[in-house]
Amino acid sequence: MKGTPPRKIGVFVCHCGKNIAGVVDVNRVVEDISRLESVAFAMDYKYMCSQPGQAMIQEKIREKGLEGVIVAACTPNLHEATFRKAASKAGLNPYCVEMANIREQCAWAHQNDPEKATRKAVEIIRTMIQKTAEDKPLYEGSIPVLKRAMVIGGGVAGIQASLDIADAGYEVILVEREPSIGGHMAQLSETFPTLDCAQCVLTPKMVAAGTHPNIKILAWSEAREVSGYVGNFTVTIERKASGVDWTKCTGCGMCMEKCPIKIPAEFDRGLGVRKAIYSPFPQAVPNKPVIDREHCLHYAKGKCGICQKVCEVGAIDFDQAPEIIKEEVGAIIVATGFDIYPKENIGEYGAGKIPDVIDSLAFERLLSASGPTSGEIRRPSDGKIPETIVFVQCSGSRDPEKHKPYCSRICCMYTAKQALLYKHAVHKGRPYIFYIDIRSGGKNYEEFVARAQEEGVIYIRGKVSRIYQSGDKVTVVGVDTLLAKPAQIDADMVVLAMAMVPKEGSDDLRKVLKITADKNGFWTEAHPKMDPVGTTTRGIYLAGCGQAPRDVPDTVAQASGAAGKVISLFSRETLSLDPMIVSVDEELCAGCGLCVSVCPYEARILDEKKKVAIVNEALCKGCGACMAACPNSACIHKNFSKKQVLKMVDALS
Amino acid sequence: MIYFIALIQVICMQIKTEEVLSDLIHKIIDISGTNIWKCYQCGKCSAGCPMVDFMELLPHQVIRLAQIGKWKEICEANTAWICAACLTCSVRCPRGIKIAEVMEALRQVVLRNRLSNKRLNISEERIRRLPPIALISAYRKILE
Amino acid sequence: MEISYYPGCTLKVDARNFEESAIDSFRELGVVLVELARWNCCGTVFSFTTDNVMYHLAPVRNLLRVREAGKEQVLTLCSMCFNTLKRAAELFNKDAEKRDKILNIMKDKEPLAYDGKTRVIHGIELIRDEIGFDVLKKKTGENLKGLRLAPYYGCMLLRPDGVGIDNPENPRAFQDLINAMGADAVSFPFQSECCGAYQTVEHPEAVVERARIIINSARKAGADALVVSCPLCAYNLDQGQMDVKSIDSSFETFPVLYFTECLYASLGLGFREEWKALHYAPLEGVLARIRRETTSKLIGAAPNKE
Repeated sequence: MKGTPPRKIGVFVCHCGKNIAGVVDVNRVVEDISRLESVAFAMDYKYMCSQPGQAMIQEKIREKGLEGVIVAACTPNLHEATFRKAASKAGLNPYCVEMANIREQCAWAHQNDPEKATRKAVEIIRTMIQKTAEDKPLYEGSIPVLKRAMVIGGGVAGIQASLDIADAGYEVILVEREPSIGGHMAQLSETFPTLDCAQCVLTPKMVAAGTHPNIKILAWSEAREVSGYVGNFTVTIERKASGVDWTKCTGCGMCMEKCPIKIPAEFDRGLGVRKAIYSPFPQAVPNKPVIDREHCLHYAKGKCGICQKVCEVGAIDFDQAPEIIKEEVGAIIVATGFDIYPKENIGEYGAGKIPDVIDSLAFERLLSASGPTSGEIRRPSDGKIPETIVFVQCSGSRDPEKHKPYCSRICCMYTAKQALLYKHAVHKGRPYIFYIDIRSGGKNYEEFVARAQEEGVIYIRGKVSRIYQSGDKVTVVGVDTLLAKPAQIDADMVVLAMAMVPKEGSDDLRKVLKITADKNGFWTEAHPKMDPVGTTTRGIYLAGCGQAPRDVPDTVAQASGAAGKVISLFSRETLSLDPMIVSVDEELCAGCGLCVSVCPYEARILDEKKKVAIVNEALCKGCGACMAACPNSACIHKNFSKKQVLKMVDALS
Repeated sequence: MIYFIALIQVICMQIKTEEVLSDLIHKIIDISGTNIWKCYQCGKCSAGCPMVDFMELLPHQVIRLAQIGKWKEICEANTAWICAACLTCSVRCPRGIKIAEVMEALRQVVLRNRLSNKRLNISEERIRRLPPIALISAYRKILE
Repeated sequence: MEISYYPGCTLKVDARNFEESAIDSFRELGVVLVELARWNCCGTVFSFTTDNVMYHLAPVRNLLRVREAGKEQVLTLCSMCFNTLKRAAELFNKDAEKRDKILNIMKDKEPLAYDGKTRVIHGIELIRDEIGFDVLKKKTGENLKGLRLAPYYGCMLLRPDGVGIDNPENPRAFQDLINAMGADAVSFPFQSECCGAYQTVEHPEAVVERARIIINSARKAGADALVVSCPLCAYNLDQGQMDVKSIDSSFETFPVLYFTECLYASLGLGFREEWKALHYAPLEGVLARIRRETTSKLIGAAPNKE
């Protein structure tokens, strides 16, 4: 073979049990590879990633004086780090260790053709030999860490994460879009499976966050811009104009009492009313009102001003302008939460036009002691106490064709809870639940559903096809698939267990944070199993329903997990940087700036004086977009140089 | 004893691989252009079907029986022949199964394989009363 | 404005009132319906089978006739023709394999190859999208004032999604049309539930039940009459009342009208005596409430969108 690399390379072929060896003839691979001049040593072993497997690699590095190592096994995503760490303990620079993926890209893909798979495995290893021969030892850089965190979203996830970080002794800035923290949990009545009151367990945490010396709450605020990188973010926040000087306001509530304008309250899902100057609920933190400029008479007609007249401390400031605040933080937790899929989107369920067909969150408000009916279940149309309520599960969920493909995960449980609470409140009341499957995985969840069934909640297995108003009843047209009979119920009220969707505005925030979301708009985690709280951007973590639908216990657990990640990050003074990034050959760079515009991580700036592009090593992810764009080949990816890639291509016979 | 065993066989449905993978079932899939395996038996099709009161098997039962290859049961039921092709099931199916199309495929398999001697059972007096649109569409959906 | 018009079978026999009222009303609105010089049955129903293109030849031939007439748009009044022609037009354009097969079969008999350019629209769409409900509203005055009309969409005007003229689960086009005619639209729960369609031939017992439910639902909603856009719906829901009466003696007849008959009346043209014989349920109650204001002020104000 022509142009063989001069380096001493060792090749370690993994069987991965039968995953690889069941298809690829590993003995023949070792035989073929051993014949190559540059290969100083080759062997195979059942599980290279095991302790003995790693020890063998270390032993051979020392014994044969290997200058490069190739592990022919699985994808580098899984074990590249493992083998690099092992090799470095034996004195080899970790960046001279490469993976040849002969599992996912070979054995698994060609299970029915062992002969060709074996030949392909040899080819894959040969290309990696070309790359490894040119690999240079690389050394990690380091950056300082600013030990201050930002949490975006003040629901139960954001509150928990803030408290955990603050308790560890670090400062937290909690940014909340609404006038108060609390999120959706503040709207709930009682929580499954223990039936403790949501307010009772949440408000102590809200107060703790509000009074914690390490937590600064920025309510009625939104993150508009984020720059920087792990340990060193700069966040620009817009504090929206509330029309009230919160430094003066005592939260006495006189303004809200006297305001003459009444509007359907968002917090009560339109079932209650609020004023044009309002705070969403009495236990709000901070307990300061905001003025809804769309409805306030002062802004509409320049009249009224009653709130200003009654405020004893002169806190009303109609001319208040939005304020721009810049905060420097080392880590960010995104806890943006969810919205309810609009019932207007389901035409066959009345398209939101039937007053007594409400969504499950609205029903929570009817059940809540602090709700618009003070916990009495009265239907919206005429205030009558409903004698029959039909609950419709999977309203918008598990419907890839028209609505949302995923299971919203919490509806089975809260529907059982709502039906049970209704039964407790209205003894003669008849709750019926149309369901497809009951999903009650969770501690004491199945037992809770059984309790609801035993206490007289009637479950009907079938999906509802249509809901319509007939007289003062609401007719629900369904089916009992267990009996194979169409089933129709004339109900007084219908509760739709609507799908959960990511919070409105998540997509704008996605662009601000430069993190990714899946096709349904939920945040994408760094790894679905092994890093479910991380994101693809280092230093940004996830908590709560913005990532995927989940219940309160799981949300709180994940929030503590994200906080743990932040605390672990803050436990170090500096962070190491991945050296597998791009550098610029200043002699070749013409300063055209193409790389600056193509870089998705904003890791490039143009030095106007020297007319060359500069790489921000903390931001560069080594994606290689600049290499493709650079007309002069001035961008060089460390250990992925053009020369290496071309030699790899040449090696393919 | 023999009687007892026979009784068990009548009650207990045997699921047989050769039935599940039978040609007739695959014909239904091919002709309707719909993947019946997507069905998760929610029953929304049966719930909304305007003709369901007159059907011997509900639409979701037909799909279920098709999934496990029970051709005889589907074929003997009147369901496909009562279907009015109104498409309510197809537009509401959460999994995008074209149920009305499956019903048509079922009819087609029966007709093409001459598994039934279907004729329109109708008096001359009614024929005179019916508008052409009714006769042509019935002929095309039920007999052709 | 002139538009190619495809009548379909039943509008030439049992539903002459549908066609006649449409032609005159649209002329009044400045649109001349030009019947295709040659046309054949559309097949009435769109075939769902994926393996036989023969069923689609009949509708595609009609689409070709439109192109032969030098037009790119064809109007239908019957919902079933609309659905069959529109779906065939879509199939032709979306499925290259079937298109080639169809063209191959057709080429022996047709000197011109169909180029896929015909757009099929329904009469209600013509009013909504080309004439405009607001324009219609200005021309109708008070002839139908106070009349409560229930729009019956049926199936083929709405389903499947994307083919129908409006959102299949929450439509409004027909209500908007009725309101633009100066009457009051009465939505009712069974407005898009199937009437049983062609099962009227094989299973009249099922269709009778459908007719009873649908009509009683419209009546309960407070409507004075049901308005349809399909001759098969009209047959099942109007002529069908004869059978409903035979199983339910307490059933009272309920007027059923084509939307074009209402349009005709709303424009001050009244109601033609000979149409009455084509209806089963007596119309006297409804007709008595229709005013007939002179149309002279209306003529000449035809819209010109072109």
